[in-house]
Amino acid sequence: MKGLVRAEFRRLFKRRVTRLMLGLLVLALGTIITAFSLASHKIGPSELAAAETKAQSAYETQLRYHEQGVAECEAAKARGENVNEQYPPDCGREFGPQREQFDAEWFLPYEFNFHDEFGIFISVFAGIVALAAYIIGASFVGAEWHSGGMMNLLLWRPKRLSVLFTKLGVLLTSVLGVSLALGTLWTIALWLIGKFDGQTGKMTQGTWESFAISGARGIGLVLAVAAIAYGLASVGRHTAMALGVAIGAGVISEIGLRIALDIAGVKFADRYYLSTYAMAWFEKKWTLEDWNACNFSISGECKPDVFVVTWQQSALVFGLGTAVVLIAATWLMRRRDVT
Amino acid sequence: MVCAMVAVLEIEGLRKTYRSRRRGERRALDGFDMVVEAGQVHGFLGPNGSGKTTTLRTLLGLIRPNGGRMAILGQEVPANLPAVVGKVGAIVESPQFFPHFSAQDTLSLLADAGNLSQQRVPEVLEVVGLRDRAKERVKTYSLGMKQRLAVASALLKNPQLLILDEPANGLDPGGIREMRDLMRDLSASGMTVLLSSHILGEVQQICDSVTIISLGRRVAAGPVAEVLAQHSSGGLRVRLESSADLPAAAQVLVASGVRVDIQPDHLLVSGVDKPSSVTRMLAGRDLYVSELAPITVDLESVFLELTGTAPVAGQHRQVDQSAEVPA
Ligand SMILES: Nc1ncnc2c1ncn2[C@@H]1O[C@H](COP(=O)(O)OP(=O)(O)OP(=O)(O)O)[C@@H](O)[C@H]1O
Ligand SMILES: [Mg+2]
Repeated sequence: MKGLVRAEFRRLFKRRVTRLMLGLLVLALGTIITAFSLASHKIGPSELAAAETKAQSAYETQLRYHEQGVAECEAAKARGENVNEQYPPDCGREFGPQREQFDAEWFLPYEFNFHDEFGIFISVFAGIVALAAYIIGASFVGAEWHSGGMMNLLLWRPKRLSVLFTKLGVLLTSVLGVSLALGTLWTIALWLIGKFDGQTGKMTQGTWESFAISGARGIGLVLAVAAIAYGLASVGRHTAMALGVAIGAGVISEIGLRIALDIAGVKFADRYYLSTYAMAWFEKKWTLEDWNACNFSISGECKPDVFVVTWQQSALVFGLGTAVVLIAATWLMRRRDVT
Repeated sequence: MVCAMVAVLEIEGLRKTYRSRRRGERRALDGFDMVVEAGQVHGFLGPNGSGKTTTLRTLLGLIRPNGGRMAILGQEVPANLPAVVGKVGAIVESPQFFPHFSAQDTLSLLADAGNLSQQRVPEVLEVVGLRDRAKERVKTYSLGMKQRLAVASALLKNPQLLILDEPANGLDPGGIREMRDLMRDLSASGMTVLLSSHILGEVQQICDSVTIISLGRRVAAGPVAEVLAQHSSGGLRVRLESSADLPAAAQVLVASGVRVDIQPDHLLVSGVDKPSSVTRMLAGRDLYVSELAPITVDLESVFLELTGTAPVAGQHRQVDQSAEVPA
């Protein structure tokens, strides 16, 4: 058993697809970090003063335009032209720009706020890592089946289920390890951007805990995605099986179903799309609103019908999906003729 | 000490029917039997599609049989396969390897998976002659180099039973001879070898015994010499003191119901139960036999006869057109 585990870890990290995807993953995450560290600027007294100056000069520019316009209007009037159509009454004299309309805040550069924005960055991280995990997971077993490597392995290890699950275990452990390592770097990098190029915000124990829970959810999704890819590629004995199903599911769920349900006028059609469950998983709940219905509230406003998708429902959907795929893979692994 | 022949491999009544939803059923093995005794090099012969690879795959747990029993080294398989697999090295029909790994990596991963010492890897690479190319990707290997790698992977375990499905496929003449020597050495060291091959000259040289399969059933088995003797079809070469008497002798023999072929200086007689009856019959007519020799046959002609696959002029034999033995 130990030998097989070691062999599979070695095999996984020797594979070109694994190395390539890890490289691309680091590159993608690195690009985002670099872009945000360049875009975000810490705001201090000098930035505030600069923004104030910009606001003032913008105000002055607008005022000049206004005065120019008024002057043109007066001149036209003096020439006896009819100006009522082109200009407001009294040449719009009292509609001039007001200084308080030019808020210095608008002229401040983007400032990253770790406390407020890191939550979204967790979802982005999970999404990108999940994509890489899907491809690595599918190819780990798919290419192995397709190339005949799996058959060779079974000549050494005839207990098929132990081979299937050892490989899966190795894959998930590796994905978990990489996710934790990159996730830690991701958090540190964004925190540093907050610290030196923006704000960290008021970080309390509770905030950190909430980020940790979101991170755990993200990694949970990444693991489920890797397991599904592995299961599908094992069922089809080809990497393309998993990629095909992913594209198929995307097209059917997000485009085909969307169009069909839209035409049929199904209420809360969004609850049939996978993306809704992904959102609910990260946001804890995702509220669908139906503006065709109008429920008057006490204050007399029109309130839409709502349909809430909870993260528990998401867990059920993704959990069931993973279970179904893995059960199919197990069943076929037990039964199939390897030829 | 009684040294009985121990069966390293036993197969009885093995049946396998491939089912596919679209093309229906194909009966590949139909009550096949085989016994391989310890220390032998056993040839496994049969026309294309007769079920050799199916037998070996079933034996190694890659395919589920529909019936019959199998035992390797005294252990029932597939039930006890995990217990014996460490003693069985195998290559199954043009083995494939992950193309982007080197031979070195491929073997090293297998050694890990089988809890073997990494030291075996350079040893087997040396044996199959891939030492200097071991670090190159398998993708870049020639057919014969891949075949050598396959043999190396089968030898890695230092097995008691070595199963080779067409190992010479793609080997160069030197490689084939090396393979022959290798198998002799392995056999001498006590390893039992089961060798499926179409190169019958080769088989005749290195195998102690053979099993011949046709359409999923055994048509012949036993030591090579015995199989040859049994199936020389009683062919005899008969020479008379005077070749002028040949037509007369032929008439006598034909009248007694045997087949005769007249050659310029001798007769080819077949379908005779006892060679002595020929002498007796001819002597009764004052025709004296000067030479009476059984015609030596080679494995190839026996194989063609037993499997019914000898080419017939003007016909294109299709696969599956081979001898069918009653169950
Ligand atoms: N995966 C499969 N599905 C359906 N039929 C198969 C399958 N594999 C083999 N067969 C059929 O089973 C029969 C036996 O095939 P097998 O590969 O065992 O022959 P073989 O003796 O190894 O032939 P060869 O000398 O050509 O290698 C053939 O008729 C073949 O078509
Ligand atoms: Mg074959």
